[in-house]
Amino acid sequence: MTAQVAELSAVDLHEAALELGDDCLVLSHRLAEWTTHAPELEEEVALANLALDLLGQARSLLSLAGEAEGRGRDEDRLAYWRDDREFRNLLLVEQPNGDFAVTMTRQLLFSAYQELLYERMSSGTEPRLAAIAAKGVMEARYHLEHARLWVQRLGGGTEESHRRMRRALDLLWPYTKELFEPTEAWVRAADQGALPPLSSIEGSWRQAIQAVLESSHLEAPPFSAWQSGGRRGRHSEHLGHLLAEMQHLHRSHPNASW
Amino acid sequence: MPAGEELARRLAADVPDPELPFLTLGDLGILRRVEVGLEGTVRVVLTPTYSGCPAVSQMADDVRRTLMDAGFPAVQVDTELAPAWSTDRLGPQARAKMEAMDMAPPPLAASTPISLTLKCPHCGSLRTRELSHFGSTACKSLWRCQDCREPFEHFKALR
Repeated sequence: MTAQVAELSAVDLHEAALELGDDCLVLSHRLAEWTTHAPELEEEVALANLALDLLGQARSLLSLAGEAEGRGRDEDRLAYWRDDREFRNLLLVEQPNGDFAVTMTRQLLFSAYQELLYERMSSGTEPRLAAIAAKGVMEARYHLEHARLWVQRLGGGTEESHRRMRRALDLLWPYTKELFEPTEAWVRAADQGALPPLSSIEGSWRQAIQAVLESSHLEAPPFSAWQSGGRRGRHSEHLGHLLAEMQHLHRSHPNASW
Repeated sequence: MPAGEELARRLAADVPDPELPFLTLGDLGILRRVEVGLEGTVRVVLTPTYSGCPAVSQMADDVRRTLMDAGFPAVQVDTELAPAWSTDRLGPQARAKMEAMDMAPPPLAASTPISLTLKCPHCGSLRTRELSHFGSTACKSLWRCQDCREPFEHFKALR
């Protein structure tokens, strides 16, 4: 089952799938936190749909991570029984929802990244990663479109919505550098052609974000105190709180089913 | 055992979708393969429409039950992602059934971009507007007709 066409080692495949899967799982949980709190009914449904797509991607990726690892950990074991230091997600996706401007800005920044990533990954050399990406890229396109429309509406909307969008960008921009900082496992996966080198999508990401911001009467902050570490397990305190809520049931009632 | 395989395939293809019960797994192109082993064990391969489609486990249960009820001794249902499902897999029958249920089917493959306007399935008007990209299930979006004012669902394009 392990080394098929690609020469990616099982350890690197495990790590890569964990990084990608944790991004999806954590952001999915954040979006699901909006359920019953969204500003309007249509948006409630939309955010839950985004969360569901990401949860589906997380399930595939974490299952693959567990399979590559070969120690019998399945998707649930990886989702519910790891502590924050073992999570490999980007800091961006664990940032709290804030107001709607923060949530939509976070979605724009991440979905633009994920779309480019999946697009390239879908023609990569690792067939299982490629299959998950080929499915996910169609979903990411919808997520990006949804976020783009809201960012434009809020950025070019009222004085208040514009002010909040600027605040959201200031708040989240420091986490964007990490998107393009590969781990060692990522670099090796890129050498094998399983994942794209992050440098190869950074330019397109900047252009895409720049275009949306311009059409939204917004601009990227000129300078940020960059924050990173999520890919190596160094997280903000927010992740601990998120995991406490997400994992509580499984840890209190192991193997619970309903 | 081609006869058994043909029967198993037909039974699996006719299982209704749990969320859109007027469509079958065969109509939707979700059913990928049916293989019957030497001892009558059936292996059914499904592909999900969306990564997170919550109906997949229900479909697997329904397929399993249907085939066991028909006398197959053991049924295994697997899911497969590649090649990724897209709305281009919907056959003419699926589109006709959607229209009959006042649901707007996705634009035909390679014909149009996602954002082109849809025909109202109630009155036929082209003055329609998307209310939300996302509807009551992952595969649908929500629209309204500006002439007859009726809302309608659209099985949105995924490709």
